[in-house]
Amino acid sequence: MIDILFYVFAALALGGAMGVVAGRSPVASLLFMVLCLGSVAGIYVLLEAHFLAAVQVIVYAGAIMVLFLFVIMLLNLGHNYHPDLKAGLWSALSFAVAGALFGFLGRQLWGNRTMTPEAGDSVDALVAQYGAVGAIARPLYTEWVVPFEITGILLLVAIVGALVLAKQRV
Amino acid sequence: MVIDFSSNLDYVRALLPEIILCVWGMVVLMAGVWRGESSEEGPRAEGLGWLALVGVAFAAVANGWLHGVREVGTDGMIAVDGFRLFSNWIFLTAALLGMLVSFAYVYRQRLQAGEYYALMLFSVAGMMFMAGARNLIVVFLGLEVMSIAVYALSAFNRRDRRSAEAGLKYFILGAFSTGFFLYGIALTYGATGSTHLPTIALAVSNGTAHGALLLFGVALMGVGFAFKVSAVPFHMWAPDVYEGAPSPVTAFMSAGVKAAAFAAFFRVFLVSFQGAYESWYGVMWWLSATTMVGANLIALVQTNVKRMLAYSSIAHGGYLLVAITAANQASAGAALFYLLVYTVMNISAFAVVIAVSNHGEERLEFEDYAGLGRNQPGLALLLTLFLLSLAGFPGTGGFMAKFQLLLGAMDAQLWVLSVILVLSTVVSYAYYLRLAWYTWMRDPADGGSPLPVYLPIGMRLALVVGAAVVIWLGLFPGSVLDLARASAAGLGVAGPMVEILH
Amino acid sequence: MSGAYAPLLMLFGLSVVNAIGMMVASHVLNPRRPTPEKEMPYESGMTPIGDTRVRFSVKFYMVAISFIVFDLETIYLVPWAVEMRRLGWGPFLAMVLFVAVLAVGLWYEWKKGGLEWD
Repeated sequence: MIDILFYVFAALALGGAMGVVAGRSPVASLLFMVLCLGSVAGIYVLLEAHFLAAVQVIVYAGAIMVLFLFVIMLLNLGHNYHPDLKAGLWSALSFAVAGALFGFLGRQLWGNRTMTPEAGDSVDALVAQYGAVGAIARPLYTEWVVPFEITGILLLVAIVGALVLAKQRV
Repeated sequence: MVIDFSSNLDYVRALLPEIILCVWGMVVLMAGVWRGESSEEGPRAEGLGWLALVGVAFAAVANGWLHGVREVGTDGMIAVDGFRLFSNWIFLTAALLGMLVSFAYVYRQRLQAGEYYALMLFSVAGMMFMAGARNLIVVFLGLEVMSIAVYALSAFNRRDRRSAEAGLKYFILGAFSTGFFLYGIALTYGATGSTHLPTIALAVSNGTAHGALLLFGVALMGVGFAFKVSAVPFHMWAPDVYEGAPSPVTAFMSAGVKAAAFAAFFRVFLVSFQGAYESWYGVMWWLSATTMVGANLIALVQTNVKRMLAYSSIAHGGYLLVAITAANQASAGAALFYLLVYTVMNISAFAVVIAVSNHGEERLEFEDYAGLGRNQPGLALLLTLFLLSLAGFPGTGGFMAKFQLLLGAMDAQLWVLSVILVLSTVVSYAYYLRLAWYTWMRDPADGGSPLPVYLPIGMRLALVVGAAVVIWLGLFPGSVLDLARASAAGLGVAGPMVEILH
Repeated sequence: MSGAYAPLLMLFGLSVVNAIGMMVASHVLNPRRPTPEKEMPYESGMTPIGDTRVRFSVKFYMVAISFIVFDLETIYLVPWAVEMRRLGWGPFLAMVLFVAVLAVGLWYEWKKGGLEWD
């Protein structure tokens, strides 16, 4: 059952990602991206990372996508972007490079499918002891408190930068 | 005093310079909008600039105090070692000079002073986080704090379309490269089960890391760093951004951002990926060779001074990549010394450019420098000094720094790369000296109207400090060089690993 | 494991079936007698003027970015709030610091007029 669901979500995520690239208009691409991010949230649920799934939906599929939509609306929607995108040799070359990298990675992973187990085990133990939210909360505010506070500074810098550049009357 | 990170309160002491800069950034930010007054008026804008400099001074005191602190173990998120402290001195120098050259520009262009200096302080804090981080998450967050502040600074002049274009280009390409970097961190974590640099180093060197994932992690992080240091296949953004951004911001970021990216580059690649040296050595070799050759050749045909200095900055990144390719003790020390000298001479050269461009974006072509030697001999002399130092002329700090890099490269037996370094330096003389030639030998096209040049106190201070440091480090580099070498020893770089190659 | 998600899956499946079913049904069942009025895009009874693809004001962007920043702050607050009693004083102080930094951001935005529409 879990396996089937995983393949459903993975297919939806990949299909959504392809839709983003192939979409006709920026808004269509954006909606495909929502599909992709929502499916990733589904995969998080299957991994029993419930809090992460909720964050994924609230922040990415919700807030960030709203921002994307506004940015697209700010741009010139009537303009046809397709001639601007370099086609032909360049796209063939990029597909070749990306395909070669993907093939190499796939081949290497296929040959060596064992992952380092330690990280996964410790997360499972944390979840068993403190629950899905506690497993995030405990390390975040104790062991990882320095990155946490830097995140606060980062958000402050983002506010200042956005206001400086986008506030209409200065 | 001893710090062992047994309690989280230890971080308050270990991160004192960063904390001071962040708090001071907030103070300057709030002072800028206090009582709803506009911070664009002249005296107020300059007052905010001096206020920000006070913060830099406090951070410098804290950084000096940290020299007396001893760190036990390598468990912390933040290293308290010589490498970090020396890097911090470089960033503080960049902040000091960058702010001094901004004063007149900020109020002449009616920029929002509170935000301008606050963002500068935040970006310096971000640089420090990058250089001191012992965890990839902290490297990433530092990179982001620094980058977002600098994106905003590049687009800061809202009355100038080119500034907006520069900001947008930098933002989009920078975000793209950050994606690479983050993906690299994720794959490295997948390969080694940790984001802590010493733990990664252990997993890489004893072979428990997952080979393919690690290789991709290293490659993607290398791409991310190469974008930030604008190494040649990834340099496309740099000339446009450096040309379009306000000149003091260009001065600040061409030195500070590059120094921070290199500091993190060194720590991540030389500490954690040391055991995978043979897999990234070849890539770094080519990256540095193409950067040195490409940037110097393109710089030859530039007619805009800011663009020429942008390509010069890319070329200097190429010289520093030689040190990463060499990956030995001597090179790491030389690179720290080089970054300090480069920061001083590059910002000082930009200081002259800002003065000549009338604290705006005028008079930026080579032709506009014709007659400067006759009208402003003092300024022309300083410009010549900084250009010679950038070129690496004997007797200047630039020469000493490049000489040390060369020694490090020879120590690692990188003969071909050393030859490329020397030859590309010779090529670089052409475009640096061409600007000096315009300054002294060319008469202005319109028959010699005098160039009005306004040199306020901040600018004079920056020029004097810059010239003094460049000459002092050129003639008596001993003590600073020793400090740089000792600082790099704290990095824990293993000796030259040439035996792997031959 | 899979039993716990059964209701969720049923809801998910039902909503997909419902959405697709309504579109198909209306397509199959509706009578087609088009008039020029019916062909017009619906805009609350008004006659539409001009293109739908207008540029939005940058003000919307300001609202969106403020929303995201404070939304992220909330995301950081939630796990702490859930675990507050078990976590103790250290995380409490860390959170006070974090909120203080963001409060400076909010104060700045307020003073700057970022919370006003024009």
